[in-house]
Amino acid sequence: MSQNFVPGQPVSVVTQRIEIQKLQHGDHLILGFSIGGGIDQDPSQNPFSEDKADKGIYVTRISAGGPADVAGLRMGDKIMQVNGWDMTMMTHDQARKRLTKKKENVVRLLVTRKSLEDAVKHSMCSYPKQIQAKPGFKD
Amino acid sequence: MDNESQYSGYSYKSSHSRSSRKHRERRDRHRSKSRDGSSRGDKSVTIHTPGEPLLDAESTRGDDRDDNWGETTTVVTGTSEHSISNEDLTRLTKDLEESTPLECKRFVGPILGGCLSFFALVTPLAFLILPQVLWRDVLEPCGTPCEGLYVSLAFKLLVLLISSWALFLRPPSATLPRFFVFRCLLMVLVFLFVASYWLFYGVRVLEPREKDYRGIVEYAASLVDALLFIQYLALVLLEVRHLQPAFCLKVVRSTDGTSKFYNVGHLSIQRAAVWVLDRYYSDFPVYNPALLNLPKSILSKKMTGFKVYSLDENPTNNSTGQSRAMIAAAARRRDNSHNEFYYEEAEMERRVRKRKARLVVAVEEAFTHIKRLHEEEVASSPKHPREVMDPREAAQAIFAPMARAMQKYLRTTRQQAFHSMESILTHLQFCITHNMTPKAFLERYLSPGPTMQYQQQNGRGRQWTLVSEEPVTSSLRQGLVFSLRRMDFSLVVTVTPLPFLRLQEEFIDPKSHKFVMRLQSETSV
Repeated sequence: MSQNFVPGQPVSVVTQRIEIQKLQHGDHLILGFSIGGGIDQDPSQNPFSEDKADKGIYVTRISAGGPADVAGLRMGDKIMQVNGWDMTMMTHDQARKRLTKKKENVVRLLVTRKSLEDAVKHSMCSYPKQIQAKPGFKD
Repeated sequence: MDNESQYSGYSYKSSHSRSSRKHRERRDRHRSKSRDGSSRGDKSVTIHTPGEPLLDAESTRGDDRDDNWGETTTVVTGTSEHSISNEDLTRLTKDLEESTPLECKRFVGPILGGCLSFFALVTPLAFLILPQVLWRDVLEPCGTPCEGLYVSLAFKLLVLLISSWALFLRPPSATLPRFFVFRCLLMVLVFLFVASYWLFYGVRVLEPREKDYRGIVEYAASLVDALLFIQYLALVLLEVRHLQPAFCLKVVRSTDGTSKFYNVGHLSIQRAAVWVLDRYYSDFPVYNPALLNLPKSILSKKMTGFKVYSLDENPTNNSTGQSRAMIAAAARRRDNSHNEFYYEEAEMERRVRKRKARLVVAVEEAFTHIKRLHEEEVASSPKHPREVMDPREAAQAIFAPMARAMQKYLRTTRQQAFHSMESILTHLQFCITHNMTPKAFLERYLSPGPTMQYQQQNGRGRQWTLVSEEPVTSSLRQGLVFSLRRMDFSLVVTVTPLPFLRLQEEFIDPKSHKFVMRLQSETSV
């Protein structure tokens, strides 16, 4: 994220919509990736964030061939929204709960990664696709 | 102008030729050092006899012989027919300083104070004794209360005597240019006090021949009480008030920038000056004029820029612009003097280190040649008779191998003016006597010590001039600057007040120190 992350302030990033179908695995539904980060975690140990003060939720691991991999999620993505719920100001546990709701079969994520920003910059496009994400608001 | 070859052993040097001397020094770096060791000084007359310190330590000049010093000297010519050169002037001043008889002015203050205090101490006794002597038969006898008063009077006088001796009868360490305000105030106070007591005594007791002896004794006792209180006042004003630090003085030596910071209390400028000088002699490394200035050869490159003269009558804008451009081009021309300076400094440092290494090794080796003879070893000496020496002879015995290395080292660090062969021998003898290691012996030479180390003890004192824009009896305050000048350097003192401190308290409960681990969990969803 090119701007310095200030908690509580609106951020402008280039995002990508990713729709993941949950897969039935034994007793519960899985998505096939792991998350790290959260406002109760230590942001300086996050290997994927540009700004080490960023306490957002990041994708730390993707199981190969799983639903997330198939849908296009990549390791190091920052999850901005899950099904309309903001993820930038969440504790780790709250984020996990949002992603693993038993009643939902599909999760629609808004994710952002650095390559998206770079791609937009390099494409010389005068209207980069940007989504304003305000923390705490359901979209 | 004096030609130096006429005076054998007298060396004059004008300060103006110092730069040319340095220039020559650089050029003749490898000239053989076969000089006679006489150093030059423009403020001292030196008669070179071996074994004496060559110069007053504070007024040394460099080491190289400069044969052509006359070509760049400037001469002070007066309007009278007797014109004397700069060197003569400084020589005369130095002569005066050296040969001033013990100044009487130094002792006037203490003598006056002593007389006054003696007078004040004797007064109560006089009050008591005079009636007894003059009209004893008329006096009323005075019983127990008087005796109590006698005892208390005696003890108070004893206390006054002892504390006066302890506090005030010290030889002064300095003469101040102006009156010492507090001291004068106190002396005037004491004088007025005692005088008024005498006045009342004369009018009320001596004239009518007062019969009530107890009253007279009480009168004397009250005088002694009052004197004690005045002494308390004196103690506070002279000794205690300036103990609490209130100002920070920055003292910078003008010649080489050595600086120190001191904390002082509320003092007048002259007292602060004395205070600073007390500390100057033990804190500041000795002033060595041989260690100043860049060699002329490095600086001279800068000076040979070309100047642009415009000879037009009406200089138009064009021509000034043009000349400005030329000057700018000259300034931008590559100036490598800093390069030269850097390499020369590196070279000098390397040389000093090399010489120092040689010296240290030589001294260590020399010290291994002797050892202390203990009492019990005397018994074994008949078998191997060894020559028993006293410290002086031992020092002379081991001095020879290290003399050359020592001389070379001192020359390189420009210290040879401070140490004569005799002084080195004496120091060596001292170190041997006190079982010092070679390192302890060398500490005196490896780093320039404070000026006190090089002083010869003469009672004449050092002459300093206090230069100040404010009257010197005024108190210190922020932003004050004064300087203490000696003949070839000066100490510039700047006064800043110490900051007012607001101390706040914060209580930390010892149970409040708690820690958690930093989390970094990863959950799979």
